[in-house]
Amino acid sequence: MAIAAGILTMCAVYLILSKSILRIIIGTGLLSHAAHLLVMTMGGLKTGAAPVIKDGVTQYTDPLPQALVLTAIVINFGVTAFFLVLAYRAYQELGTDNLEEMKGTDTHD
Amino acid sequence: MSLLHLAILLPLLVSLFIPLLYKKIPSVHTGWFVLLVPLTLVVYFSQYISQTMAGKPVVATMNWIPSLDINFVAYVDGLGLLFALLITGIGSLVVLYSVYYLDPKKEALHNFYVYLLLFMTAMLGIVLSDNLIVMYLFWELTSISSFLLIGYWYERERSRYGAQKSMLITVFGGLSMLGGISILSLLSGSFSIRESLATVSTYNGDPLFTVALVLFLLAAFTKSAQFPFHIWLPDAMEAPTPVSAYLHSATMVKAGLYLVARMSPIFAETPLWFYLVSGVGMFTLFWGSLNAVKQVDLKAILAYSTISQLGLIMSLLGLGAAALQVDILPDSLYTIATVAAVFHLINHATFKGSLFMMAGIVDHETGTRDIRKLGGLSQLMPVTFTIATIGTLSMAGVPPFNGFLSKEMFLTGVLEVSQSGLFHLDTFGLLFPFFAVVGSMFTFVYSILIVYRTFLGQKKLEQLPKKPHEAPIGMLLAPLVLVSLVVLIGLFPNLLSNTLIRPAVEAILPKVVAEGGSISVDIKLWHGFNPELFLTLLIISVGTVLFLTLPKWSTLYNRMPTSVSLNHQYDGLLRRGEHASTAIHDTVMTGYMRSYLVYIFGFIVVLVLSSMYFLDAFKFDVDPLSTVHAYEVVLALVLVGSALSITFARSRLTSIILLGVVGYTVALFFVLFRAPDLALTQLVIETVSVALFLLVFYHMPEISRKEERIKFKLGNAAISALVGLSVTLVALASLSQRSFASIAQYYIDNVADLAAGGNMVNVILVDFRGFDTLFEISVLAIAGLGIYAMINFRKTGGIDK
Amino acid sequence: MKTPTKKHTNDVILESSTTFITFIIFLFAVYLFFAGHYTPGGGFIGGLVTASALVLVLLAFDIQTLRQILPVDYKQMTAIGMLISVLTASGALLFNVPFFTHAHDYFNLPLFGKTSLHTAMLFDLGVYLVVVGVTMTIIQTIGESD
Repeated sequence: MAIAAGILTMCAVYLILSKSILRIIIGTGLLSHAAHLLVMTMGGLKTGAAPVIKDGVTQYTDPLPQALVLTAIVINFGVTAFFLVLAYRAYQELGTDNLEEMKGTDTHD
Repeated sequence: MSLLHLAILLPLLVSLFIPLLYKKIPSVHTGWFVLLVPLTLVVYFSQYISQTMAGKPVVATMNWIPSLDINFVAYVDGLGLLFALLITGIGSLVVLYSVYYLDPKKEALHNFYVYLLLFMTAMLGIVLSDNLIVMYLFWELTSISSFLLIGYWYERERSRYGAQKSMLITVFGGLSMLGGISILSLLSGSFSIRESLATVSTYNGDPLFTVALVLFLLAAFTKSAQFPFHIWLPDAMEAPTPVSAYLHSATMVKAGLYLVARMSPIFAETPLWFYLVSGVGMFTLFWGSLNAVKQVDLKAILAYSTISQLGLIMSLLGLGAAALQVDILPDSLYTIATVAAVFHLINHATFKGSLFMMAGIVDHETGTRDIRKLGGLSQLMPVTFTIATIGTLSMAGVPPFNGFLSKEMFLTGVLEVSQSGLFHLDTFGLLFPFFAVVGSMFTFVYSILIVYRTFLGQKKLEQLPKKPHEAPIGMLLAPLVLVSLVVLIGLFPNLLSNTLIRPAVEAILPKVVAEGGSISVDIKLWHGFNPELFLTLLIISVGTVLFLTLPKWSTLYNRMPTSVSLNHQYDGLLRRGEHASTAIHDTVMTGYMRSYLVYIFGFIVVLVLSSMYFLDAFKFDVDPLSTVHAYEVVLALVLVGSALSITFARSRLTSIILLGVVGYTVALFFVLFRAPDLALTQLVIETVSVALFLLVFYHMPEISRKEERIKFKLGNAAISALVGLSVTLVALASLSQRSFASIAQYYIDNVADLAAGGNMVNVILVDFRGFDTLFEISVLAIAGLGIYAMINFRKTGGIDK
Repeated sequence: MKTPTKKHTNDVILESSTTFITFIIFLFAVYLFFAGHYTPGGGFIGGLVTASALVLVLLAFDIQTLRQILPVDYKQMTAIGMLISVLTASGALLFNVPFFTHAHDYFNLPLFGKTSLHTAMLFDLGVYLVVVGVTMTIIQTIGESD
């Protein structure tokens, strides 16, 4: 599982480093998946029942990473949506989806 | 919060209302309201005199950050009280003077008085706080308020230059003091000056102790304009004259002296302290007076004279440090130097304050401060002439004024120390009297210069921008008070000796008091025919000769090449610094997002791998991973496969679908991980996000890949492989080595009892860690509003560049 | 409402099944929301499921139809949700100030005994409203953008 998270991160970073803004957004989405898997993996896998209290069950899976990841998923959704719209608006205003061309002209004066 | 704290913070509190008063009551000069503040404080602080005279300091504590040992401890002893009275006393006079100096119609008075009151609180805070961190805070506040006041006429280029210069130099000093404070608190275990002093013998052998000493001295030297940091003070003269009189001669520049005096009990037994303080002070005295003679601007002369006088007091404090070596010296031999330092501190405030105000009056009434244009004003401005004469004579050390007394004591101290043989002074100890005497001669010359060139000699009325006449009485009032003090102290010096000087000296030299020695302050006008008197006569006579021959030797000043001058060095340093930072900025900040991302990812890799290497974390234990089912392998393969193929996908639709596959696979994994909530959320989110992607992509072009070169791709691939590798390693390592138990057990145990819930994940979200969730939904809401704004407000924000 | 896959021609099967399915999803969302404290579910999931139901309506019909069915300003919905959450949180803080010094950090929202279910539910309701509001704001603004 750790390796899968690693490979996912690798692909995500590769995508983020590319020039097309759409690929970057896909990369961030992938990166968050990787991060979620990483947190879950680090929290320990399959050590007990689902963290819902039942009579007779004493061993539960660690609920804390789950809570963290749940928060992360939702935030990721918000951020991805934001990115998407940003890209869309940038494309509308600037007419390109290439980051190299979007580079600002902040010359020193 | 005691009354004492309130007194320190009173100017700050009042400053909040100044803009209101300025706007609402324009008929009354705002200065009148401000005047009440220092007046109240003078009365308030003078009631502490009896307590400090009895040697009983007053302490009041206000808790601020007790967990870090940072509390606002107000501490009033002789030294602090002397400064507090100086600050408020001179402050009252300066405010009074400013009422007539600043025209309420032309000037932004609210700015001026807010800065001034800010400064007053800052200065009171420095001298009355025992906690070093709090003192540092106020210390920087004085630098900031000084910056604001120098740049008060901000439309002038010289003002901005001077403000920036003073800011850079004094804040540099302040930062080094912060370093000194950190070291000192590490050594002593406390931020309190008194507690540090109590345990000083346990740590003063530490090598870091010397570092702290040097850092503290850097702060003091920069603030008090000691050589070679003095260059900011002449440029600070761009400030309005009341400010120059207040900050740059009477109070702020003396904060450095205060720091030296305050830290003396801790550091003074180190020989280095003695050498640095007295040596630098002495050279500054000499250098300042030498440079003052060649100036043509009245305020510039006074600025260099202030530098020189500050050097004098500084060197006296250094000489006084020798008094702490009482075990090898006869009693109270050197205390005279400290007494002289404190005495001269007061005297300097009186005569230099009056002289600055005099310069302001001349400037105000004639329109220029250039002594080449001035002359013969004595008949037109008789009162101002009187003020100038008394002030300069006192500064030159002519009897019977107060400057004479302290200068005599200064000479006594210098002579004694050069003969003592302490710290190997017998070899180069003669330099001390030499610099002292030569410095005093030049002091005499520029003092006479001020009076002669301005008020005597030929009248050159046609060169003046305005027709000169005597200043209004209100403007003369403040300098007249100061000048009468000059005469009064000169004739009856012992008015001050027990009330103010002795308690202050006792605070600087607590060891002398602790070992039973008594400090008796008895200042006499007439000492009999002793070496000091002859030296004074020598100074006056040689000074007169020098003054008379001034036109012949003053050309020597022009021989000094400008390229080696300190100002030139400062400007060059600033310019080179700007160049270097621009160069670095241009190479690092390329403007391409990819470059920044590469920095970030590279740093992550380096950080993670190196910390794992140093912590020896490369231990992998496969036990927790041992039970892998076949379907899990299949899922993992699907996950990895689709992730990899996204990177090669040419069409964006393929990419999105593959991303969806990854998302759903992750959701399935959550099911396997026994996380039903996550699985549900992930499924729904994935659906919604795919819909979103499709929506947006409908408006976007195909992904363009043509310009990506193979080298570019390879570089990216290498970086991503490294990041992936380090993530994998972290995951494996953290899985294999559990150094502490998860805090989750707490939640598991308590979820039913404390929160009355069954679903732990949800209970954690809404209950135990409710704040996380609160902020999370805030982020979500902000994102939503941001999107809404981006879409719907395109007209207003769009193309205005 | 234009989606990349289809123009809004009348797809009878989709439309009629949507009306039916949406209703079921709604009920399911409500169930999830209330079940959250004891079994899987809660404000997040409930909110998301609700939002997805609304998205389905959006896809099947168009924005006008959705407006007619549910005339709600989703931005206000977000704001109301935030308000409910913050008020619940701060109310608990105010109410339990004495507890604060004794208890651990985890007790940012200390809820004890019988009141706990109540206030936690309120907080979750805020979360629910924010999630629905934000999701729908996003979808709607993008959909409306041309």
